[in-house]
Amino acid sequence: MQIYVCVKHVPDSAANITIVEKNHIDENLTFLLNPYDEHAVTEAVRIKDSLPDAEIIVVCLGKDDAQKTLRSALAMGADRGVLIESNKNHDSIETAQALKTVIEQDGNPGLIFTGRESIDAEGMQTMFRIGALLDFPVATNVVKLDIEAGRAVVDSALSGGIANTYEMSLPCVIGAGRGLNTPRYPTFPDVVKSKKKSIKKIVFSDLKIESLAAGMNIVELEPLLQEREPKEIKGDAGEVAKKIVRILKEEAKVI
Amino acid sequence: MMKNIGIIIELDKGRIKETNFGMITLARAKDTELFAVVVDADAEIVKEELESFGITKIVEVSLAEDQQKNPVVRAKAIINVIKEYNICAVFGLSTAMGKDLLPRIAALLKASLVMDCYAVDIKQNLVKTSQYSGKTSATIKAAGDVLIFGVRPNAIEPVKASSLAEILKFDGTSLISKDLKVIKTGDTDTSENISLVEADVIIAGGRGMKNGENFTILSKCAKKLNGAVGASRVAVDAGWVPYSMQVGQTGEKVSPLVYIACGISGSVQHFAGMKTSGMVIAINKDENAAIMSNCDYYVKADALEIIPELIKHLGND
Repeated sequence: MQIYVCVKHVPDSAANITIVEKNHIDENLTFLLNPYDEHAVTEAVRIKDSLPDAEIIVVCLGKDDAQKTLRSALAMGADRGVLIESNKNHDSIETAQALKTVIEQDGNPGLIFTGRESIDAEGMQTMFRIGALLDFPVATNVVKLDIEAGRAVVDSALSGGIANTYEMSLPCVIGAGRGLNTPRYPTFPDVVKSKKKSIKKIVFSDLKIESLAAGMNIVELEPLLQEREPKEIKGDAGEVAKKIVRILKEEAKVI
Repeated sequence: MMKNIGIIIELDKGRIKETNFGMITLARAKDTELFAVVVDADAEIVKEELESFGITKIVEVSLAEDQQKNPVVRAKAIINVIKEYNICAVFGLSTAMGKDLLPRIAALLKASLVMDCYAVDIKQNLVKTSQYSGKTSATIKAAGDVLIFGVRPNAIEPVKASSLAEILKFDGTSLISKDLKVIKTGDTDTSENISLVEADVIIAGGRGMKNGENFTILSKCAKKLNGAVGASRVAVDAGWVPYSMQVGQTGEKVSPLVYIACGISGSVQHFAGMKTSGMVIAINKDENAAIMSNCDYYVKADALEIIPELIKHLGND
């Protein structure tokens, strides 16, 4: 079985974001494998452990620098990588079209993984678009996955620790959630070994993606600041509690 | 020209969740007709409440009994409603249910979708959402015949507007999903706890809570406040509380009216999940914790001493 894992090269969540040219960010910062995609790669490797014939292919749409993210995924246990190179930022409609086209050209997917969202664009939809284009069923925020008898049984997490259980036919698309597993971080030998694995490069524009009427374009980025002026609540525990109650009642009006 | 707007109403125990009203308020604009889409609920029961927020049409969708909880079937039904009534914009909540439903609709329609938005200009098709771990606000121009918006719960204050609504019935009982079946649904109806993303008040604990047991104090306090309990990543990684309680970059993103942070230092990643909260009250022994300089009120003390007192003073409410 071929398992495709779609990954994204994203700015480190701890990095400071500087906005340039109104709707871009200064990319002179640390980029890494999207945290949710780490769960996707780890799960693919876990499945391969019981299906030794499986091949794990990581696919990434991004700039040349995104090879680093593919290398991270290869070090975590993926077999080979495909970089769809583009210097532009693409919305999830174009991204899904590109990923679908490349996956179809490359092989015969039995399973496709993504993370449940990317931590930069936070769009939460690429997995569904890939599924719709390929006519595969999709589940997102998956925190438990069992492949058995040609089907996938998944727990798709809702809030408050509860989940829906879905049964899907294969092939299917899985949006990995954080509860799915504990990411396997590579050892030094894993990293050395990953350097010998292949990364194929494909140029985005060569894919001849169909242009659609629908699209989401970022016209402006602004720093999201929440200006707050901290005021101290003083006193002993009892006095503080009394003051908090008053604030909740009179100012916040929640009680 | 009159625009038809669809609003997917989320219900809980047969009642309309409060957060829907802010969404309806956001969707309301000049020269629009508001269609509330109600799946598997009696439109008559919710009619009056929807009328008080300006809804003029209620589409009551009925599905086959064994398909009601199936997100694929729900998505298909809503797509049929969109086509039937020439709906050009669809609003839904960016809740757990919305995150599993709205992208399905957008993907099948090849339509634009922006999740977790907190402002929509329906005239210009401009929408605002946060990006880059909540560090930036992005204004996105959405294009296409149908636009879909996932609205962040609690982001918009509800404003009433009275109207009279007509009930329209939509029969979706023949819709099925062959490749995705629901084996079991997480039963929100029996869950006593208020969902983290929808709570008006969240009391969250971090490293300063010291252990899992101490979170029961927060639960007690949350109950008195009719709120929910959250946690920082530190508390989750330490195994004190389940991941589902995590607020932050890789957890839930919340915007309650009040966020009470107990023993939470306030990392960038934590702020990514709660910075849009209305009021932030921080309780921390360490006055140098980042959260103490980025809140509305702070208390320099051990939360384990303050919260029990708070519970006492909330006592008879």
